Amino acid sequence: MNPLDRYESLVDDVDAFRAACDRPLPSVVRTNGIAATPARVREAFDEGGVAYDPVDWHDGLFRLPEGNPGGNWPYVHGWTHGQEEVSVLPTLALAPRPGERVWDACAAPGSKTTQIADAMDDEGTVVANDNNLGRLSALRHNAERLGITNAIVTNQDARNFSTKPLAFDEFDRALVDAPCSCEGTCRKNPDVLDQWTLDHVHAVAGIQKGVLARAVQATRPGGVVVYSTCTFAPEENEAVLDHVLANEDCELVEFDLPLDTDPGVTEWEGETYDESVTRAKRIYPHRNDTGGFFCAKLRVGGAASDETGDAATDGGGGA
Amino acid sequence: MSDGTDGGTGEAHTNDGQRFDRLPETPADRGVEGRASREEVLDWWEERFGIDSEVFAEYSFWEKGAGKIWIFNGEATDPSEVEAIGMTFLRTRQEHWKPTGRAASRFGRHATENVIELDPAQAARFAAGEDQDLPEWDGDWGYLIATHEVAGEPVPIGVGLYLYDELRSVVPKGSRADLPVVE
Repeated sequence: MNPLDRYESLVDDVDAFRAACDRPLPSVVRTNGIAATPARVREAFDEGGVAYDPVDWHDGLFRLPEGNPGGNWPYVHGWTHGQEEVSVLPTLALAPRPGERVWDACAAPGSKTTQIADAMDDEGTVVANDNNLGRLSALRHNAERLGITNAIVTNQDARNFSTKPLAFDEFDRALVDAPCSCEGTCRKNPDVLDQWTLDHVHAVAGIQKGVLARAVQATRPGGVVVYSTCTFAPEENEAVLDHVLANEDCELVEFDLPLDTDPGVTEWEGETYDESVTRAKRIYPHRNDTGGFFCAKLRVGGAASDETGDAATDGGGGA
Repeated sequence: MSDGTDGGTGEAHTNDGQRFDRLPETPADRGVEGRASREEVLDWWEERFGIDSEVFAEYSFWEKGAGKIWIFNGEATDPSEVEAIGMTFLRTRQEHWKPTGRAASRFGRHATENVIELDPAQAARFAAGEDQDLPEWDGDWGYLIATHEVAGEPVPIGVGLYLYDELRSVVPKGSRADLPVVE
């Protein structure tokens, strides 16, 4: 079956949803602020005859209609990184600040890690973890190419991640950009639809629950955890949040994203989820002509130890 | 997801070479034979490229394996048993210390000496990993930071080795790029 069939009941405009999923996505690059400004990247593209289009909701993103994001000087200089538009959203939600301690639990190949380091002005510590040693080499290559100096790379199972190798035992913020069924990337890689199975959905949901629970545990009271996937499956999204809300000391908070989103769903195939999962955001391809995505922001419970404890509520107020 | 296999490549990650040790402040603080000190590393960048040690004041320096130095801008334990800490910066424990191309790219804009500015065609050849004759260079032999102009400003590309009128590109294979010449 085509897994997109099962999500038709969730979207308002089925035809637009299916039509968008069938269209390929353009190559997109993100400006690496550690090395260059968006204006500098534009100048270099102009000088080199590289065609580009702006992205109206993010001035550091450029669509490259001719593809080949690596075939130009800005890329060689580490000024740009090829990254799908929706993939920048979790770091916007995480909103890390210079000097903080941040965990990227499922980090390879490093698009979010490097964006986090950029948002931190390369100051503080971002711990980039992945259980897959082979994919870690891609992460390291990207981090070096972009000139990131504040990352530590670890190779652990995030579900029982140990902070023992680190100089601290809790994080200010954590990102769980979880391994998932990836139907949201079908515009880049249609094979994901052929490879989809319900068994995999259930297996990976168990992993997602374990990683998100560990992220909440490893983050200080008042800190922020962002959960994101590129799947539409409620089993891997709202059900994972519902599980962690019930088992860990945390709550979902309102947050803003700079494009059109739909709220998380509270019912799916006979299951019901905590009402607060509506604070999570679904990004459907037809809304903004992007890939599909899911993003939620959690505040870890308990009294914050200092004034930065309001981190989870800044930029809040809802969509 | 437990990923129990290592692909049978036999990679071992338990030897001392997998551990990051912070560089001692000065040669007098040295506890490990042959290990560079922070002071020597900063002096080297200042002498070779004119980069003021103030540029690196907030960074720490670490050795893993035989002579590979990493630069880091965060908090870490000493030693650190992790996969990576910051970025690779400099190769020591050899007669001529060698900066990494990434270090040149990241910090080369502060350099005032041993910087060679390439024209558009030379820059494209350099990025592709090609060696080229450049007899007009009358500066030192050895490792140079190669730059070219992008939209009116010089930008470091990487590290080249200058010997016998020739600039050898030492851009690693995985980072070589086939680029159009931008005049």
